[in-house]
Amino acid sequence: MSINSLLWLIPVPPLVGFILIALIAYRSNRASHSIALLGAGLSFLASMAVVIKAVATHDLGSDPFTSSINWLPTGATWLRIGVLADPLTTVMLFFVAITILMIFIYSIGYHNYGQPVGKHDRPGLPPEGAEVTEHGKVHKVPSIEPMYAKFFALLSLFAFAMYLLVVSDSLLMLYIGWEIMGFCSYFLIGFWYGKESARKAGIKAFITTRIGDVFMLLGMVALYSATGTLNFHDIFSNHETMEMLAGTVSPVFGWNWSTLIGILLFCGTIGKSAQFPLHVWLPDAMEGPTPVSAMIHAATMVSAGVYMSIRVFPIMSAGWEPGGALTTPMVVMAAIGTFTALFTSTIALAQNDIKRVLAYSTISQLGYMLAALGIGAYVAAVFHLMTHAFFKALLFLASGSVIHGMEHGVLHTGKHIDPQDMRNMGGLRKKMPATFWTFLAGGLALSGFPIITAGFWSKDEILSGAFASHQVLIFVVLAVSALFTAFYTARQLTLVFLGNPRTTAAEHASESKKVMTLPLVVLSIFAIAIGWVGIPKAFPVLGKLSPAWFQDFVGSMLAYEVHEEAHSYIPLLVSILVSLGGLLLGWLVYRKYNTAEERDPLHKSLGGVFTFLQNKYKVDELYQKVFIDPSLWIADKVVYQFLDLKIIDGFLHGVAAISVWLGNLLRYKFDVPVVNGGGDGLAKTTRGTGWLLHKQQTGKVQQYLTISIGITVIAGLIILMLVISV
Amino acid sequence: MQSPILPILALLPLAAAILLLFLPAAKRNLIRGIALGTSIVTLVFSFIAFFAYDTAAAGYQFQVSAEWLPALGIGFHMGADGIGVAMILMAGLVVFSGVMVSWRVEDRPREFFAFLLFLASSVFGVFASLDLFQLFIFFEMAVFPKYLMIVMWGYPKTKEYGGMKLTLYLFLGSMVALIGVLAMYFGSGLHTFDMVALEKAGFGLEFQRLWFPFVFIGFGVLGGIFPFHSWAPDGHVAAPTAVSMLLAGVEMKVGVFAALRAGLMLMPDGMRAWAPLILVLATINVVYGAFIAMIQKDFKYVIGFSSVSHMGLVFIGFATLTPEGLTGAGLQMFSHGIMTALFFAVVGMVYDRAHTRNLNELGGLFKYMPIAMLGFVVGGLVSMGMPGFSGFIAEIPIYMGAWKTVPLVAIISALSIVITAAYILLVVRRVFFGETPEPIKAGLSDITIMDKIVVVMLSLVMIIIGVFPSVIVPVIESGVKHILVLVGGA
Repeated sequence: MSINSLLWLIPVPPLVGFILIALIAYRSNRASHSIALLGAGLSFLASMAVVIKAVATHDLGSDPFTSSINWLPTGATWLRIGVLADPLTTVMLFFVAITILMIFIYSIGYHNYGQPVGKHDRPGLPPEGAEVTEHGKVHKVPSIEPMYAKFFALLSLFAFAMYLLVVSDSLLMLYIGWEIMGFCSYFLIGFWYGKESARKAGIKAFITTRIGDVFMLLGMVALYSATGTLNFHDIFSNHETMEMLAGTVSPVFGWNWSTLIGILLFCGTIGKSAQFPLHVWLPDAMEGPTPVSAMIHAATMVSAGVYMSIRVFPIMSAGWEPGGALTTPMVVMAAIGTFTALFTSTIALAQNDIKRVLAYSTISQLGYMLAALGIGAYVAAVFHLMTHAFFKALLFLASGSVIHGMEHGVLHTGKHIDPQDMRNMGGLRKKMPATFWTFLAGGLALSGFPIITAGFWSKDEILSGAFASHQVLIFVVLAVSALFTAFYTARQLTLVFLGNPRTTAAEHASESKKVMTLPLVVLSIFAIAIGWVGIPKAFPVLGKLSPAWFQDFVGSMLAYEVHEEAHSYIPLLVSILVSLGGLLLGWLVYRKYNTAEERDPLHKSLGGVFTFLQNKYKVDELYQKVFIDPSLWIADKVVYQFLDLKIIDGFLHGVAAISVWLGNLLRYKFDVPVVNGGGDGLAKTTRGTGWLLHKQQTGKVQQYLTISIGITVIAGLIILMLVISV
Repeated sequence: MQSPILPILALLPLAAAILLLFLPAAKRNLIRGIALGTSIVTLVFSFIAFFAYDTAAAGYQFQVSAEWLPALGIGFHMGADGIGVAMILMAGLVVFSGVMVSWRVEDRPREFFAFLLFLASSVFGVFASLDLFQLFIFFEMAVFPKYLMIVMWGYPKTKEYGGMKLTLYLFLGSMVALIGVLAMYFGSGLHTFDMVALEKAGFGLEFQRLWFPFVFIGFGVLGGIFPFHSWAPDGHVAAPTAVSMLLAGVEMKVGVFAALRAGLMLMPDGMRAWAPLILVLATINVVYGAFIAMIQKDFKYVIGFSSVSHMGLVFIGFATLTPEGLTGAGLQMFSHGIMTALFFAVVGMVYDRAHTRNLNELGGLFKYMPIAMLGFVVGGLVSMGMPGFSGFIAEIPIYMGAWKTVPLVAIISALSIVITAAYILLVVRRVFFGETPEPIKAGLSDITIMDKIVVVMLSLVMIIIGVFPSVIVPVIESGVKHILVLVGGA
């Protein structure tokens, strides 16, 4: 089979899986997860085949694998959909396929496959546990998720959409995958729909990202009307088109087409990748089951937002040359990315929910990538996108394992404490060693622990990029957020795993099953080792050993040559310093935190600022007051009550009232006294109509028919008379 | 060659309606059977019309003509172009669905089905008319069944108000349109109502500027154009389920179809002159309807106002006078017809069981009627322009056309997508998820097999078009090409 046809097939197995589970297999949990796993596995194999083939192909950047078919006719031409595999697709396929497969496997254990059914468990709520009798004693053990099959169906549909997005050769099909993912995300966040908070989070996520999507859609519309195509390759490899986009003024704000389209499309990324100011949905999305958080809200869907910006980077950077002034979309991207990176890393400092820390951390890291892209560090952005997907998926899954272990302890002790609150944990390294070591690998990668972790290499690449392009402000801000990142990671590691258990539940926590820890081990290998494919050439010692393969591979996507800047040790030293310093500081501050009731050490020193951070800068409350409440008020009071009911309907009712009044006037002031019962004017007709209408409600159908036929005949006669008389 | 397809579609339901009225009222199942049989026959013929339509040849096909009142230039002339056959298919699907969901009507079923078929005859007649006078007669024919069905079977609290408001609006609208139609008849000097002939009449610019709004707005009232939309939500809500489906699904399309045929196609220069105003009004439609839908407490009013919003996109598509916009408008007419019929069908199913439409008194119906919920979600996805569903296929070209004409219109109307998503998800959450309130629990049960057939069929149509747009787009485009020839230049 050729690579082109294989590309078409990559998204298909999960879709088939979804349909099979939804229609047939949903009654059997075993069949459902087998089908889902088979689908994910087949897509994984096909993806790896493409990756291997692609890596071995020369000039893939300028001559990628493509194939397309007609889909939506638009006048003279068709909107085509097709597939494409160039180096960027290859990188995406690589990490998407691995993380998706691992998450599918993990989900089996996470949803307690093989456990008994809980007596009180209901669909739409997390399982509460079941009672089993063993050796004459009653134990409470975890119970299987009531909507187990449904979960795998939705997860498969999601995987289909993600693969579709990745292999797409045009914005059109990318958008299709994008929207299907958004919808799956809505359903999976609200998976436990029995919880009001989950339902609300689902809607919030969907609507917030949709705001970005609308602008993205407009960007596509603008791109299509300017170029007549949405195909990446057709646009980017056509110099005339690119010059036209960069040089022609669009009808909006006097911007160039490339500026306008670039900014509109970037709005899509802001929504999907939860960047400021549309970041509010992602933390709430943690209401979904943890595999969902890992897959959708860390490794794949939110990455897709960044991927889209990377994909259309040639448009955003049209007219820019390395070293030259940044284009407007690039400035916007760099500004929003940098700000978000710092802003959300500070919020992460003050969160107590293990998953929320990771959620804010995700937003912050995505900001890193966009900042890198904004200053033109294309390869660094792709690199960090890949490493982040691995270590963040790992961290989420490991945190799910921690929560699982804690829930076990909660069931065992019967004390209802929040199993996601890090203050209730402590000392879990002894109870859950596999989870601890893998979490540690992920945490170190996130904080950029030097040399051995993947996160170090990709983050260093970004910092060097900022430094090399003389973006001092961006460099400093990113370095500070890297410090915060290392700090909150150390806080998390210390609170969760180190010290002594702070609750009885933590004392009785137990390690998760193999089916959960095995994916953790696999992902942690990547979280450590994948960075080694991209060690810069100029790096002391190691740079000589490794050929900076990644930079060459992805760099071939670019129209321009990447100049090897003279390597400076400043960014390298800074990234080592902030990483180690942050980790050390975090450990020092939190290692003395001994009881769950204690105030957070940072709270003691920062006071109100800490509370403000904990409340996420009150952005949610602000949006409620500034956007949501006023628009509801305007919709209700101004548009509906005033405009529609008062003005428009009021006018109608006024006309009706005036007619009745006129009728009465004619009847009593003119008809009765003047004509005195002579002619039957309008008044009588009005009354007559009233009588007729009244009569109609008596229920005699013959009357209605007589009336209907009568009116028909009269109306016909009037029309005929009109026609004839003129 | 005279093809019997269109006359059968327009006259068979009328014949069946008359037949029904002569049957004894007690023979309920026979009556239902005849109604269902008739709707199946019209459905089959509408499929035939759609698939037998030759897109390569384009133009008006299945033509039938006969002399009627030659002294007045009135003829019997039927024929359909691409947009016409698409509308006929949509009407066929909705009429069939309307009969199916009305199966359990126990209150005077004989009259109910007779009026329903009477209404069906009227809509098929409009979509198949090539004679302006004949179109007008079919157009007016609908007034009686609509009014009578609303006041006889409608929602007790508002049926008189809703029925009267609807009738008055539509009556005034068609009177205004009639004046325009007569002006064209006399102005053309051709002494004919035949639209194929009138297309070549070459009305002067001044003439078109003066008379275009009469015809376009006059008919457009039935399409729900702002500020003459207010009959629509009240009328839809007051009507019984099947009538709401036909009103919002088909009748609103009858309005825009007549506005297209008699307004845009016969007086294209008038359209161009008035396009800025129409664009403004239609953009208001889109945003205004969505805004109001968002704060409604009544399930059915949400859908009623959403129709106002979605029909705005059809008018935007018309007013762009671009190939994309017109194609999108045609697709939106089809897509919205199916979608809103499905919506009203589900609303009816919910109301029949819960006996309330107040969003605060509903909840958790997912457990009781999962298929109905799936149908509603599919409709919701269509209405929020989700790719893979027919709404996306329709909206993308409209936005493209609008962007080419006035980008601001595209931007403002696209923002309504967010509001649409908000109210659809809100309704899904309030009605189908959460706790089921005690008072409504007693009446809840799953929907009937006939309801399920309707829900699944309409959902599938929207998915098939969304995934394989090439089944319908070329048909619509062949109609649009002819319009573009008339419009010239654009």
